Amino acid sequence: MSTASVSVGELQPSGRKLRQQRSERIIQFLLMIVATSGVLITFGVVFALVRPSVDFFRAISIGEFFGSTAWFPLYEPPDFGVWPLIVGTFSVMLLAVIIAVPGGLAIAFYLSQYASDRVRRKLKPLLEILAGVPTVVFGFFAINFVGPNVAAKIWVFSDVGFYSALSAGITVGLMIMPMMTTLAEDAMAAVPRSLIEGSYALGATKRETCTGVIFPAALSGIIAAGVIAMSRAIGETTIVLLAAGSTANFSFDIGQPMQTMSSFIGFAGLGDQPTGSTGYQTIFAVGLLLFVITFFLNMLSRRIVSKFREVYE
Amino acid sequence: MSSVVSAQPVVADLHDTTSRARKGLDKLFLGGLWMFTLVAIITLVTLVGTTLLKGYSRLNWSLVANFPSPFPGDAGIQAAIFGSVWVVVTSGLISLFIAMSTAIYLEEFADQRSRLNKLITINIQTLAGVPSIVFGILGLAFIARGWLGWGFTVGTASAVLTMMVLPVMIVSAREALKAVPSSLREGAFALGATRWQTIVKQVLPSAIPGIATGSILGVSRALGESAPLILLGALAYVSSNPTGFASDYTVLPLVILKYTQEAQEEFQAVGAAAIIVLLMLLVALNMIAIIIRDKSRKSW
Amino acid sequence: MVEDMSNATISETTARLRQSGSVVSVSLSSDSHSAADNSQNDLIMQSVDLQVHYGDFLAVRDVNLAIHKGEITALIGPSGCGKSTIIRCFNRMNDLIPTAKVGGKVFYKGIDLYGPEANAGEVRRRIGMVFQKPNPFPKSIYDNVAFGPRVNGKPTKAETDELVERSLKRAALWEEVKDRLKQSAFSLSGGQQQRLCIARALAVNPDVLLMDEPCSALDPIATARIEDLMAEIKSDYPIVIVTHNMQQAARVSDRTAFFNTEIGANATRPTGVLVEYDTTRNIFANPTDTRTEQYISGRMG
Repeated sequence: MSTASVSVGELQPSGRKLRQQRSERIIQFLLMIVATSGVLITFGVVFALVRPSVDFFRAISIGEFFGSTAWFPLYEPPDFGVWPLIVGTFSVMLLAVIIAVPGGLAIAFYLSQYASDRVRRKLKPLLEILAGVPTVVFGFFAINFVGPNVAAKIWVFSDVGFYSALSAGITVGLMIMPMMTTLAEDAMAAVPRSLIEGSYALGATKRETCTGVIFPAALSGIIAAGVIAMSRAIGETTIVLLAAGSTANFSFDIGQPMQTMSSFIGFAGLGDQPTGSTGYQTIFAVGLLLFVITFFLNMLSRRIVSKFREVYE
Repeated sequence: MSSVVSAQPVVADLHDTTSRARKGLDKLFLGGLWMFTLVAIITLVTLVGTTLLKGYSRLNWSLVANFPSPFPGDAGIQAAIFGSVWVVVTSGLISLFIAMSTAIYLEEFADQRSRLNKLITINIQTLAGVPSIVFGILGLAFIARGWLGWGFTVGTASAVLTMMVLPVMIVSAREALKAVPSSLREGAFALGATRWQTIVKQVLPSAIPGIATGSILGVSRALGESAPLILLGALAYVSSNPTGFASDYTVLPLVILKYTQEAQEEFQAVGAAAIIVLLMLLVALNMIAIIIRDKSRKSW
Repeated sequence: MVEDMSNATISETTARLRQSGSVVSVSLSSDSHSAADNSQNDLIMQSVDLQVHYGDFLAVRDVNLAIHKGEITALIGPSGCGKSTIIRCFNRMNDLIPTAKVGGKVFYKGIDLYGPEANAGEVRRRIGMVFQKPNPFPKSIYDNVAFGPRVNGKPTKAETDELVERSLKRAALWEEVKDRLKQSAFSLSGGQQQRLCIARALAVNPDVLLMDEPCSALDPIATARIEDLMAEIKSDYPIVIVTHNMQQAARVSDRTAFFNTEIGANATRPTGVLVEYDTTRNIFANPTDTRTEQYISGRMG
């Protein structure tokens, strides 16, 4: 094009090429349609949750929803105070996080700073297997092992029965631990090697390097991972449904059965609620609350991670 | 070489002067790390141990050959195995198609900084963070009842599981495409190939191992998932194998859930045995993924 | 000089060192203050037949160096010649690389750093290091300097305050940061960060300071400040510096070691060798080895 000796026509595509280009454009368009379909799912989720929730809050005032501590939505007469579910959700979540976050951090420190290559190669697949165990299997484990052999033994403040928030919380914590390990390892791997060397060059030991340099340097990534762990624990349904029972106790005694928002939804789904009934709409109102909380946590985690990147790059 | 000696008298001491307290703390710290690592290992061992102990007595042919029964000695999980296969294969194929299309569009066609690209990427992250039970609610509202009204069927369950595993599949498919060296693409472009020809003939073949391992990961997720299906009727007493998308169904995780909730010890044994079957299926799937990964490494 | 040495344990090693020019006669380095007394007692570190493997690959071999008190020793040479590898043997940083294998010996005041009596942590406390890129910890300026003293002892608040001030003054950074000690170290400029890292190294009061291309990430003005600082502190802290910048070596150092690469008989990757070690003046004015001369005059590398 730049020199006059080349005629314009010679650089134009042939007819066959033109047809190819047209079909390429069609392919690209179709791919774009499919790629965008994922966005529809999110809209679907929001729409599915919001409409019945609006109906629900027409029948039940927000004041009652957040103002009462009795939750018996499927009984006659019903009570719609969501606090027992919130307390249950946060009890189980806190227990899970207390186990999963220090556990994941410790294993990540061990893998990244202490373990030899040989040990690491053996340990990583074990953690991957643990991460791949279905939640229902963890639920079985909670009922048959964690409940009777761990929760009932360590909780001395009250009698721990067959179902308890403690058993559910511990098991959810163990379930999340491998994921927390991976995320913490990633955060630690992002710490520049020069910082770690700088610490060792001052005569610091491995522990001092871990707690004094790697931990603060990876802190935002670790916090982000902890927030993801919280979100996962809040959303966990099956383990809690099996291990914590189905009574929405308004209690702060973790030795007691409790219901979380997710396990309530699962529980309500067990019975066949007629479409349009307030009982049916309850599922959506609680689902909306659950979605909003986890959405907020995930967004928070992403914000923390993106801030973290700004510091080092 | 002669023996090497210092040219200087020794006037320094480099013995470890680390204080006892400091060494103690070091040991305590390492002890803590070991403890948590041990907790993870013990969890895996006791989990498998408890299941085997409870379930091995029912681990026989009647378990996989029989349909559910009110009598624990006769109860089997055939319907659940077939249900799982139906649901997992269907959702696996649909999500693979959507994931590949999305990944190809995002990695090969779309401008990396375009708004649509960003929107899709953020959306995938959002979907990945949605609790699985919420997908169950979506399925209940629009697919099982309401708009589509498919009822509690294989089709409904497949659609919901597709949405659930989609983020995992898309992320791994994108990673696989990103891993293909751009020299391969440039080589094809230089020979006059169009974008689509380049993708089909050059990029996809070398990305297939990565996409396959990622898909198997997603399929494993679908196979073990229970929460959304609780809302979608999979807990029902189903005594026949599915015959199509409109059939009633149940799946392995849900029969495990049901039997685990039973008070009768014998039913719990059926649940435990079903867990062993489920875990064996998952191990088999992962072995396939590992084999693909190793094979593709060798061929490079 | 020979008389001075006779009372020490003269070994083949010393003879070899003298051959390679590492023990320099008084007359040659008349400009250096070390000229006053160049006895054995003036040595602080010494490497003997030092070689490093990474796995099967021989990265650098047969390095015989002597580091003298009160001096700056520069290690120069083309990239890949093993100078960074060598400096990392001087405080056992290579221990952190699982595949690295160190052969030969490194003596510090007569004791082998890799011998059974030496502890890696102790070695690093005595022999400080400053790295290529400033690597302040994600902490405040104050906490960066206090990190070393805190892990290596339990200083009181007053002791720490005093130590931080002294170290920052020594590193010529005090005036610039004294009003914002609690601010993040990342708020400093690159040159300030590097001086902070020097202060951090000095805070544990090392006997030797190793610097691995400390100015490679800095602008000329920041570089000049670091060089001034080095000249100021060298009487208290002998310095070994790796630099890719020959002018820098010529400006700041008292002695220079020139490294080069060679491809061994059945090796595929180049191995580093120590070509010549002498006073900086001799290395730059009349090198004995032609390879040094070629490198200095810019005909290679």
